[in-house]
Amino acid sequence: MSKKDRMSGNEAVAYAIRQVNPDVMPAFPITPSTEIPQMVSTYIANGEMDTEFIPVESEHSSMSATVGAEAAGARSMTATSSCGLAFMWEELLVAASNRLPLVLALVNRTLSGPININCDHSDSMGARDTGWIQIYAENNQEAYDNFIQAFPIAEDTRVHLPVMVCQDGFITSHAVENILLEEDADVRDFVGEYHPEEFLLNPGKPVAIGPYAISAYSMEAKYNQEQAMIRSKEVIMEVAARFREKFGRGFDLFEQYRTEDAEFIMLIMGSAAGCAKEAADRLRDKGIKAGVLKLRVFRPFPAEEIAKALENCKAVAIMDRCESYNGHGGPLSSEVRAALFENRVMTEAVSYIYGLAGRDFTVDTAVSIFEEIAEVAGGQKKAVQNRYVGLRTRKEQ
Amino acid sequence: MNIEIRWHGRGGQGAKTAALLLADVCFKTGAYVQGFPEYGPERMGAPITAYNRISDNEIRVHSNIYEPDLVMVVDETLLASVDVTAGLKSSGAIVVNTDKSPEEIRPMLKGYGGKVYTVDARRISVEALGKYFPNSPMLAAAVAVSSVMDKDAFIKEMRSSYAHKFAKKPEVIEGNMKALTMTLETLEEQL
Repeated sequence: MSKKDRMSGNEAVAYAIRQVNPDVMPAFPITPSTEIPQMVSTYIANGEMDTEFIPVESEHSSMSATVGAEAAGARSMTATSSCGLAFMWEELLVAASNRLPLVLALVNRTLSGPININCDHSDSMGARDTGWIQIYAENNQEAYDNFIQAFPIAEDTRVHLPVMVCQDGFITSHAVENILLEEDADVRDFVGEYHPEEFLLNPGKPVAIGPYAISAYSMEAKYNQEQAMIRSKEVIMEVAARFREKFGRGFDLFEQYRTEDAEFIMLIMGSAAGCAKEAADRLRDKGIKAGVLKLRVFRPFPAEEIAKALENCKAVAIMDRCESYNGHGGPLSSEVRAALFENRVMTEAVSYIYGLAGRDFTVDTAVSIFEEIAEVAGGQKKAVQNRYVGLRTRKEQ
Repeated sequence: MNIEIRWHGRGGQGAKTAALLLADVCFKTGAYVQGFPEYGPERMGAPITAYNRISDNEIRVHSNIYEPDLVMVVDETLLASVDVTAGLKSSGAIVVNTDKSPEEIRPMLKGYGGKVYTVDARRISVEALGKYFPNSPMLAAAVAVSSVMDKDAFIKEMRSSYAHKFAKKPEVIEGNMKALTMTLETLEEQL
């Protein structure tokens, strides 16, 4: 039975790690994810779990050790944030291309510079094309639920890809909120025992992992990797359905909040979705049909499903908590607009940049964005793409 | 019930801890709670802010609080440098940790017209604990002024919270409990 509790997002993920009790966890601390390995170490010291914790000297090493342990046949994971993820770069690609189903608890924090410890999605978005599945959480409950689902998704034989479970640094990682926790036995039953088909420490069936591939084989390996990413979509939905059946919560690829008849939709990821929902409710009270599409799964990118969900609205605000420095908008905006065009959904799509480096995103801001896209749809206003919301003027500074 | 509280303190004084303890104790009465810090530069003595939302309904908003019902000032010297009453509802209240009276503090609050309370957390803490830890008195003051929960229930829940929190140093439990009850008694006169 579910137990009502209250804890921060970091505590919730550490609690889930204790329940899953993975075989190996190498880690190096970095704000705001430091508490996760810290709490796991305490659980281990108290004898509440028996994961082999490896303190390493850098994130390059933590991901290398996680890759090595997973290749050896052990269920492995690590945690990091920001520059820690950047320092793992080479190994992120090694993990995915070697089809290693490891899990990374990412606590989103901006990348330098200016150096700053607060939340945006530039770390995980920078890693969006490294071959990892990416799942985002709105609150501590979703961070907990997504983490539990990560292992069955990654380890499914149709997938065999690493999974990054993301939550917003400080905003959820350090906020104590209500949460429903599941019994240890139920979580372990849901995640199941790990029985890799092929692994290094298996003398009866020797394999090589990560050897050089000549050009005659490399392209096929990359094709197969992409096919696994495509297949992962149905596995993510199956695991979500199984989770919902067992624990009664959760979403598939995205959550649709009051979108059935919505004329104006905000497409957003992570903790800011709550403000967007509150804003939609306020506008509904005034007779404006607003709704929210909260993207849970960014990789694989649900292009067709998003286009279908937006086909009847008059305008969509696409909210990026990340700048791409490409002169053409954030990553979410680029992908959503391509998906709309590909599926011939010709709704007004207005892209915004918000919440960089911890800039607060409020209900009032969300309301003003809904009002703006309504004016764009009504022809009273010309769309300004990639506007920074909440940007202070020189006078305010 | 739908109460929003903003805490002002300095790094190391326990404003964040007080906000988390308040979330904790309100959770035990069945409320939906949120307790979270806002960090600037992480260093001892720098001004920090922490927040609480306490509600009968599920809390979805994850932003800072700009129009609080209650402001808690853990360090009196912040009155000179931080606009502690910014956005504070006129129907709300502010509690300042000081040895001054509310009448002496009011002129320092930029014309704030709502309720002003003061708690001498230093005197209470030193008398009850022998050391200066303002967060227990300030926590009790937040409960007393906001009426988020019944005072008897608060005292009962805090005893079990402290028993858990201070499992390895039980000698400080009674002192902290004394700090809570002394604060509640002191504020009785002002409420």
